[in-house]
Amino acid sequence: MSFLAKALDLSRQPLEERFRAVTTNEAQKVLGGETIDEKGFEALLSPAADACLESMARRAHELTLRRFGRTISLFTPLYVSNHCANHCRYCGFAAPNAIPRARLNLDEVQAEGRAIAATGLKHLLLLTGEAPRQAGVDYLEDCVRVLRPMFPSISLEVFPMDVEDYRRLVRTGVDGLTVFQETYDPKLYAQLHPAGPKRDYAFRLDTPQRGAEAGMRVVNIGALLGLSDWRKEIFATGLHAAWLQKRYPGVDVAVSLPRMRPHAGAFQPARPVSDRELVQAMTALRIFLPRLSITISTRETPEFRDNILPLGVTRMSAGVSTAVGGHAKAGQTGQFEISDSRSVAEMTAKLQSLGYQPVFKDWEPIEVCA
Amino acid sequence: MEHSDIFEIGGKRLTSRLFTGTGKYGNDSLIPEVCKSSGSEVITVALRRVDLDGGSNNVMRHIPGHMTLLPNTSGARTAGEAVRIARLARAMGCGDWIKIEVISDNRHLLPDGYETARATEILAKEGFVVLPYMNPDLYVARSLADAGAAAIMPLGAPIGTNRGLRTEEMIRILIEEMDLPIIVDAGIGTPSQACQAMEMGAAACLVNTAIATASDPVGMGRAFGRAVAAGREAWLSGTGPVSTLARASSPLTGFLDQPGVAS
Repeated sequence: MSFLAKALDLSRQPLEERFRAVTTNEAQKVLGGETIDEKGFEALLSPAADACLESMARRAHELTLRRFGRTISLFTPLYVSNHCANHCRYCGFAAPNAIPRARLNLDEVQAEGRAIAATGLKHLLLLTGEAPRQAGVDYLEDCVRVLRPMFPSISLEVFPMDVEDYRRLVRTGVDGLTVFQETYDPKLYAQLHPAGPKRDYAFRLDTPQRGAEAGMRVVNIGALLGLSDWRKEIFATGLHAAWLQKRYPGVDVAVSLPRMRPHAGAFQPARPVSDRELVQAMTALRIFLPRLSITISTRETPEFRDNILPLGVTRMSAGVSTAVGGHAKAGQTGQFEISDSRSVAEMTAKLQSLGYQPVFKDWEPIEVCA
Repeated sequence: MEHSDIFEIGGKRLTSRLFTGTGKYGNDSLIPEVCKSSGSEVITVALRRVDLDGGSNNVMRHIPGHMTLLPNTSGARTAGEAVRIARLARAMGCGDWIKIEVISDNRHLLPDGYETARATEILAKEGFVVLPYMNPDLYVARSLADAGAAAIMPLGAPIGTNRGLRTEEMIRILIEEMDLPIIVDAGIGTPSQACQAMEMGAAACLVNTAIATASDPVGMGRAFGRAVAAGREAWLSGTGPVSTLARASSPLTGFLDQPGVAS
């Protein structure tokens, strides 16, 4: 079983027409129901549902409050290598880009870990590019062994692996996997990934499933918003999340909403997503999947992140550097520009002032011997 | 009444029958105030959240010293994981009480009865005061009792839904059939629902979400404390019989009281 058949089927559907055909009345009717199916989710993503945005926001807020309370889990990314064989057109670390390449040695990993741990954070997201020869499974295992004593929860956002490699990493102490499909549209996917191992759409699409199979507790998926029509991407993302939840009920399925912003110079998003549209995307996801974890990154501005807190967010990054070695040393080249550069202490103070509790630790590693 | 009606469990003598929790608060500094306003003496805490070197981020710093700690095994997907968490809790100085939660379905957060019973058996033998969270099923409840549970904690509705006593009939059966205390856990959304559970004969209620996510958790804690006490007093006082039939002014058997009826 794989989500591939469903994803390919979706890519052949006239979804834009179907979204346009939904009326505000239909969207309102969906909101009046107790639970929401695939069809209802589609209606909430329609242009007509924009007229119900306040009702959607209220419903999303209530659902989030009941399930997650007034809490936000905090984590930070740690980039340990930016070597990469992929040619993703939107990424600062893509192989053709002439940037300094680095891989941290284990002493440097330790120094980065210490700098992060000093902020109080306990949940870490470990990142590399896709270059298994420079930063492969053995290297990742070594990093995890160094970092584990400082961080009860370590997730990976690296390159897709097979189940066996994920099992090795779970045994070493990894409990979460983040992997974004970037776009669920196979044609666009091929255009944006012209070379490198990432070209394999199907292998990447099945990655969250392989992680779940290997025993990851958290699997975080997402589409890079701005590459194509956000309604279609969020629809596919939500259905993928629902598919994973149903097949792996013990796994905490999370969705990130990384949004590309128009900026000078580099790759421009073909279909920019407005703030209002991002709110519609997030609240529709929350209403469709009340137990979904939703992650908002520092791509968003501090003001926007503060404003959307009550609408479904459950996880946020803080004290972020997207550069290799950027926690212990400043001035490195990052993967993407961040808009929210607040420190962990600043984020903590802000969340508290908004009535939210920043959660630093929400996992205790359990090594079952018996 | 409050002083003569003592709830004895796990070697403790409790005057309040409301158990509270530590999750979902916008600010953990509310916890001591809620403990005070609600009168609760038992508080559950997820071991996964305990961070002994986390300074002010450590939830344990906010739990008043007089409270009995009820660590829970939130995050456990199997009996083995629940056992491991319980042992960690004890090693971390959280005492011998343990609320077993074994959940491998994150969509509905329903407990796994079989794995819960396995964990209960192992931990009871290790001297823990085991309070297993369960779906109200009589056979699972009996397994838990046989395994050495100190009480049974059936859910009123799925965790965090605030939907009330959806499983009322099943809980009623547990109250009738089981010798162990029945502590209704999960799903209670309003003080009246907690009161209802106590009127039915529940030994206690555990309430977290409804208090922690209220606009005024301290006020809501007080309301729950009173509702639980009121429900308990009603149960002890013996509620009047309830009839579904109105008393007819011309009874159908009235002729039997007439003279001339053969006796």
